[in-house]
Amino acid sequence: MDKPKIRKGMLSSIIPGLSSLSQRGLAGWLVVLGLIIVASIVTMTAISPWVAPYNPSTINVGPPLMSPNSQFLFGTNDLGQDVFSRVLSGGGIMLEVSILSVIICLLIGVPLGLFSSYAGGLVDRFFCLIMDSIYAFPGLVLAIAIAAMLGRGVTNMALSIAVVYVPSYFRVIRSQVLSIKEMPYVEAANAAGAKGRTVLSRYIFPNVVPSIVVVATVNFADAILTAAGLTFIGLGVSADIPDWGWDLTNGRRLLSSGTWWVITYPGLMIILLALGFTLMGEGLSEMANPRLRE
Amino acid sequence: MTLRTYVISRILLTLPMIFILLTMVFLVIRVLPGDPVLLHFEKQENPEAMEDMRHRLGLDKPLWIQYFDYLAGLFRGNLGESMEDYSSVGQQIFSAFPATLELAIFSMVVAVSIGIFLGVEASKGYGKTRDNVIRVFGIVTYAIPVFFLGMAFQMIFGLGLHWLPVGLRLHPTLDVPAGLNIGGIHFSTGLYTFDSLLEGNIYKFVASLRYLALPSLTLGLVLSGVFIRLTRSNMFETLRLDYVTAARARGLSENAVTYGYAFRNAFLPVLTMMGLQFATLLGGAILTETTFSWPGLGRYIVDRISFRDYTAIQGAVVVFGIFVSFVSLGVDLLYAYLDPRIRL
Amino acid sequence: MSRPLLAVSDLTVEYWARRGKVRAVEDISFSIGKSETLGVVGESGCGKSTLGLSLMRLVPYPGRIVKGEIQLKGRDVLGFSANEMRNLRGKDISYVFQDPMTSLNPVKKVGAHFVELIRAHEPRVSEKDAVVRTRKLLKDVGIQSERIGDYPHQLSGGMRQRVMIALAIALNPSLVIADEPTTALDVIVQAKILDLLNALRDAYGMALVLITHDLSIVLERSNKIIVMYAGHMVEYARSEDIYRNPQHPYTQGLLKAIPNVELDEQTLNAIAGSPPDLLNLPKGCRFWPRCYCAKEKCREEEPPLANTEPDHYVRCGKYKEVE
Repeated sequence: MDKPKIRKGMLSSIIPGLSSLSQRGLAGWLVVLGLIIVASIVTMTAISPWVAPYNPSTINVGPPLMSPNSQFLFGTNDLGQDVFSRVLSGGGIMLEVSILSVIICLLIGVPLGLFSSYAGGLVDRFFCLIMDSIYAFPGLVLAIAIAAMLGRGVTNMALSIAVVYVPSYFRVIRSQVLSIKEMPYVEAANAAGAKGRTVLSRYIFPNVVPSIVVVATVNFADAILTAAGLTFIGLGVSADIPDWGWDLTNGRRLLSSGTWWVITYPGLMIILLALGFTLMGEGLSEMANPRLRE
Repeated sequence: MTLRTYVISRILLTLPMIFILLTMVFLVIRVLPGDPVLLHFEKQENPEAMEDMRHRLGLDKPLWIQYFDYLAGLFRGNLGESMEDYSSVGQQIFSAFPATLELAIFSMVVAVSIGIFLGVEASKGYGKTRDNVIRVFGIVTYAIPVFFLGMAFQMIFGLGLHWLPVGLRLHPTLDVPAGLNIGGIHFSTGLYTFDSLLEGNIYKFVASLRYLALPSLTLGLVLSGVFIRLTRSNMFETLRLDYVTAARARGLSENAVTYGYAFRNAFLPVLTMMGLQFATLLGGAILTETTFSWPGLGRYIVDRISFRDYTAIQGAVVVFGIFVSFVSLGVDLLYAYLDPRIRL
Repeated sequence: MSRPLLAVSDLTVEYWARRGKVRAVEDISFSIGKSETLGVVGESGCGKSTLGLSLMRLVPYPGRIVKGEIQLKGRDVLGFSANEMRNLRGKDISYVFQDPMTSLNPVKKVGAHFVELIRAHEPRVSEKDAVVRTRKLLKDVGIQSERIGDYPHQLSGGMRQRVMIALAIALNPSLVIADEPTTALDVIVQAKILDLLNALRDAYGMALVLITHDLSIVLERSNKIIVMYAGHMVEYARSEDIYRNPQHPYTQGLLKAIPNVELDEQTLNAIAGSPPDLLNLPKGCRFWPRCYCAKEKCREEEPPLANTEPDHYVRCGKYKEVE
């Protein structure tokens, strides 16, 4: 698993960044809190193979439908699997799907947004029309339709979410670019003969980055919720891999018999993860555009 | 620009967007997977049956002919035939649609009511505990997967407390409300609440409300966060405006100031937001209907997915899209009518 | 002169901004009697509007009155409950705001403003009677009573301001605070509105606080003047004394800056520099960076308020207590 290696490199650059964040007042604290939540969940998922008391996928490690007790902290489900272990390791799919969808969106949405708004004219109107149409369409419906046609799997889920989300990136970038385009320093660069590409990358892009970060965090949160939704409908991944969404789907049948623990804990984890990203998004957007006296 | 110009241009704008929408759906359902019939049958066991289906559904024709057939059919109101039994998708959708409409209306009412009420309450005490608690509430409700909340409500209110029913639209032993019958002309909306009122049957009315309660509460709650935030920030801005301070300077009571002055101006954006949130509402409705076994369009789609009935899915998605377009058009027009700035 | 109508002592208002505390109004003391006009003069941001609002305890959050006393007719305003304040506002003390376009409710008819005001304070009054009173009030300020059914945006600037004044005197208050009542209007209308205010003051026997940045307005029309700078009261005296013997360098500068049509001057004598950032006040006297006669000690110590002549107070290092 690559996760531990990547995080070590990032930690050293994150920690100095964290201290400057807490100076930014309430907004900074939101970001820090969100970051802590997300980082904890990621860590928990990453170390779960070593920490989980039982193998989350093994059936009948204990008697089925046992309510929470000292041996099985969160009880067992109908297949006799330990819910606690499943909770520890169940975040992997969601994290993968959301990371993947954000990457796809960044790779497609950002260049498209930059290019279209900078180019202007018919090209811009064409893309705008398409993006607006996708944006106007009920997101979840479109994601469901695409996922239904593509089939199950992490990549397909990520793709459907990405398609629905690209217009948001497009719009945000476009509005930023349009306002920056008129700024005197861009005009000056153009007058000095700078090539379009240079102007875009050196002047416009750096100013657009904060907004992109904000949209990306919200994207993460939405992706998690959408992934859960897709899984709930049956368009998720296959049943072997522990996944919170799948537990919710499966646990639904058990509700009528009063078996509340199978869905409660995974559900709370999903909420926590989505909340973490949402808090980050709130904090970051406040930092990027501080609302006066708000 | 005058109201008339705006209305005309807005309606004209809807046409290309609907067109793109239809094309998108076509691309996703017919083009994306390659061969929908193959997907339906999963394994290539029965080439004869597959050919047969292709032929009956017109899927063996060249793609661009299919496209025009599709558009032409839609224009005439033909939404295709189900892969399962070749019955009319349009009929099926038509019977499922009112349930979703009813759920959508009530959920939106719940969301807006909660949103406005809490938003106003929050704005009254800026920065204080009440404000912060409400803000947190708004953020958290957004992060809850709607089906999880639904199941939680089912557990608590249905199975735990036995207050409210947890599934379906009406008790199986009751007849569907039939609406009005004037001299042989049958008039019903498909909305159980409305129809039972038309029928004059209070018992059925109350019963339908009880069945509506949990689903609309679930969906409405998840959606309310946006309205809370919107109302709150609008109220803030308005409450800081000069004429509000001037009203206070005249010794008017806080209530008069809050509701008589500030609130009116906060309302209009809520209307626009309702239109914008409608798309999200429909998405959430799919999950809610599945959770509560609510026989609407959302549950229809999920059903059809498990049957791999792609023509039906296509029809339903088209209906969703067009529905949203019309609602958003309606909201825009209503807003234009209400906001004097556009009129001048 | 018996007990004054309004007596303010050591009034201090603080704002909590993100970057720190700001004292918008610091240690202000004055008094007004019946049928008197007090002019409060200063540049934008000197705290004069905050002073006006604080007299009615309408300082917006995050501002607060942190020190001082406000006695209206012998009663301590700062000790009133919220309900008592509400009763007071509009009835005993009223406020005329600077921009009548934004101070009137755009979706309420002119007459409705009055009816609402009257019935909020005198609920027994019937709607019909309220309308009758409204017509009379409109006439008193020089507006045709047919306008009672118009919306604010249908009136001219001068008329809107008259409506605001009418609302302010509707319930016969003892004190009227007018915050830049003429800044949003053209010069000719300005004079008319100011004359109207004074006429009403005499007719109703009320005290008037006139807040403005224009010293020329208050020189003629007020009895006493307070000159404010960066939250401090730098000079407080009768208008004649301010005109004949301005003691604070800032006041002198303001007087010199008044354009005089009769003199053959080509340039405006503005006061060099700009008001200080209240978060970053200079050490010592707040005015020294712009003062033509600033001395060493001005940069060190903040001068206290000195009583140089009877009824003449100055806050400047040049003067010491005379009495």
